[in-house]
Amino acid sequence: MSEFKYGVFIPKIKQKFILNLLNNKKRVDNRDFIEYRKIKIKYGHIPNADGCAEVQLGNTIVIAGVKLDLTNPYPSEPDRGTLIVNAEFPPVASPDFEPGPPDENAIELARIIDRGLRKPEVVDFKKLCIVPGKKVYGLWIDIYALNHDGNLIDAAGIATMAALLTAKYTKVDVSPTGEIIRTNERLPLEVINFPVYITHVKIGEHLIIDPNLEEEMIADCKLTTIISNGNLIGGIQKSGSGALSIEDINQALENSLKIYPRIKEIITSSVK
Amino acid sequence: MSQFKRSDGRANDELRPIKAEMHVLKNADGSAYFEMGNTKVIAAVYGPREYYPKQLALPQESMVRVRYHMIPFSVKERKSPALTRREIEISKVIKEAFGGCIKKDLFPRSTIDVYIEVLNADGSTRVASINAVSLALVDAGIFLYDLVAAVSVGKIHDQLIVDLTGDEDQNSEADMPIAMMPSLNKILLLQMDGTLTVEEFNNLMKMGIQAIKKIYEIQKETIRSSLESVLKMYGQT
Repeated sequence: MSEFKYGVFIPKIKQKFILNLLNNKKRVDNRDFIEYRKIKIKYGHIPNADGCAEVQLGNTIVIAGVKLDLTNPYPSEPDRGTLIVNAEFPPVASPDFEPGPPDENAIELARIIDRGLRKPEVVDFKKLCIVPGKKVYGLWIDIYALNHDGNLIDAAGIATMAALLTAKYTKVDVSPTGEIIRTNERLPLEVINFPVYITHVKIGEHLIIDPNLEEEMIADCKLTTIISNGNLIGGIQKSGSGALSIEDINQALENSLKIYPRIKEIITSSVK
Repeated sequence: MSQFKRSDGRANDELRPIKAEMHVLKNADGSAYFEMGNTKVIAAVYGPREYYPKQLALPQESMVRVRYHMIPFSVKERKSPALTRREIEISKVIKEAFGGCIKKDLFPRSTIDVYIEVLNADGSTRVASINAVSLALVDAGIFLYDLVAAVSVGKIHDQLIVDLTGDEDQNSEADMPIAMMPSLNKILLLQMDGTLTVEEFNNLMKMGIQAIKKIYEIQKETIRSSLESVLKMYGQT
C-alpha cells in the first residue's frame, strides 16, 4: 500500500518469498488462509475505566477502554445516549507512528468501529437516557494500539466488544425536583447486537484473513466486513489502493460469515 | 410491498439528472464540474508535479494526494471550514480509489494533487466527487487504466434504491457507495453503513453496477464533446 515512511520496510526479496508461499497455499506463519492468530483477551486491569479489555492478536496488542459519563443529548436525538469512538496510534506501537493528533488511518479505524456499533445498535441507547432533551449517558470508547503487527482493525473490534461486555455504569435517580442523584448501584451495559470485524487482504490473487504486518504492507488492498448477529452485514470498508473483483468481495463475505461464530465464541467465553 | 415513493418521484433504479463539464478552471492542470441533482461538486488536479520534501518522494512511482472538502454553505447548517473526521476519512478512501486506477509508475518522484470542493451537498457527495475527479484527471492528461464511475445505492423502507439524496441518506437503513472501473469490472471503492442481508447486498451490487455503466457513458460523452470543442478552437473540425 506504500503508505509507510521509513520505520518498517519489506524488501523486494521478502515480498516475492511471501507471494511464492501463498502460491503454494502457505503463509509465513504456517496459518491457513482463513485462520486467525491466537487471540488472548485480558480484562479489568485498568480499574478506573468503566470497562476495558486488552487484546493480543499474535503480536498485535490493542487496548480499548469504555467510559460512561453524563452529557447533553444531540438535539436531533433528545431521548438517546450518545456514542463517541476515538482511536489513536501512539508511537509506542510502531516506529512508523508519530506523536500528534490522530492521522487518517486512526480516524478511519475509529469510524469503522463506530459504523459497526451504531447500526444495528450495540446497546439500547434509549436506556442511556436520563432526562429526555436534558441529560443522557454518553458512551466513550477509546482505542489505543500498543504494538502494531498488522490487522489493528480486527484487534480493535475484539477489544471494543470485550470492553463493552464487561462495562458497568453508575445508576442515577431523578428526584421530583429534577435533580440528578448518583447512587452506589452499578449497572451492567447490556449488549443487544454483537458485531465482529473481519479483515481480508488481497495479495496477488490470494485473499487471506487476519494479515500480519508483513502481509498487510505488501497487500494490494484490504477489505473489512462487519458481521452482526451471525447473518447480517453491518458494514463494509475497502481500503488500500488496489482493485477488487466482485468475486473477491463475495468470497470475503462468505469467509466472514463462516468465521463469525468462532470469534464471537472466543470473546463471550473469555468474559467471566 | 410498502407504499414507499421517492420524494422526487424517481423510480428506485433511476439516477438524478446529471450535468458534467470539463476544463472549468483555467489555473488547474485539469478540472471538472459534476452535478447529480442538487449535489454539485468541483474538482481540480495539479500535477504530476515535484513532491516536497524531496527525500520523502517515492523513487518508483508518483504519490496521489486528495483533499475532499465541503464549503461552509454547502449544507443546511453552516459547517466549520476546518476538515472534519468525516472529510479526512472520505479523502483517504477517494485517494485510495484513484491510487488503483492511475498508472503511477509513469511519474516517479512526483505527486498528483487532487482537490475537491463540494459546493452543494444533497447526498452522494463522495461518489459525485469521484465522478468529477475522474474527468479532471482526463483533462489533466494523466494516464488512467480506465475511467472511474461511482454511484451510491441503499435501502430505505425495505426497498433498494439508487443514487440517494440527502434526506434519503438520513432515513436509510443502509447506504453503500461503490466506485469501479466499468470496463475492467474492478471495484475501487466500497463502503457500507447500515445493515443488509447477503441477498440484499448482491442485489444492490447489481443495481449499482448498472447505474455505474450509465454514468460511464455520460462521462465518455462529456470527454468527447470537450475534445470536440478543443479541436474547434484550433480550427481542426
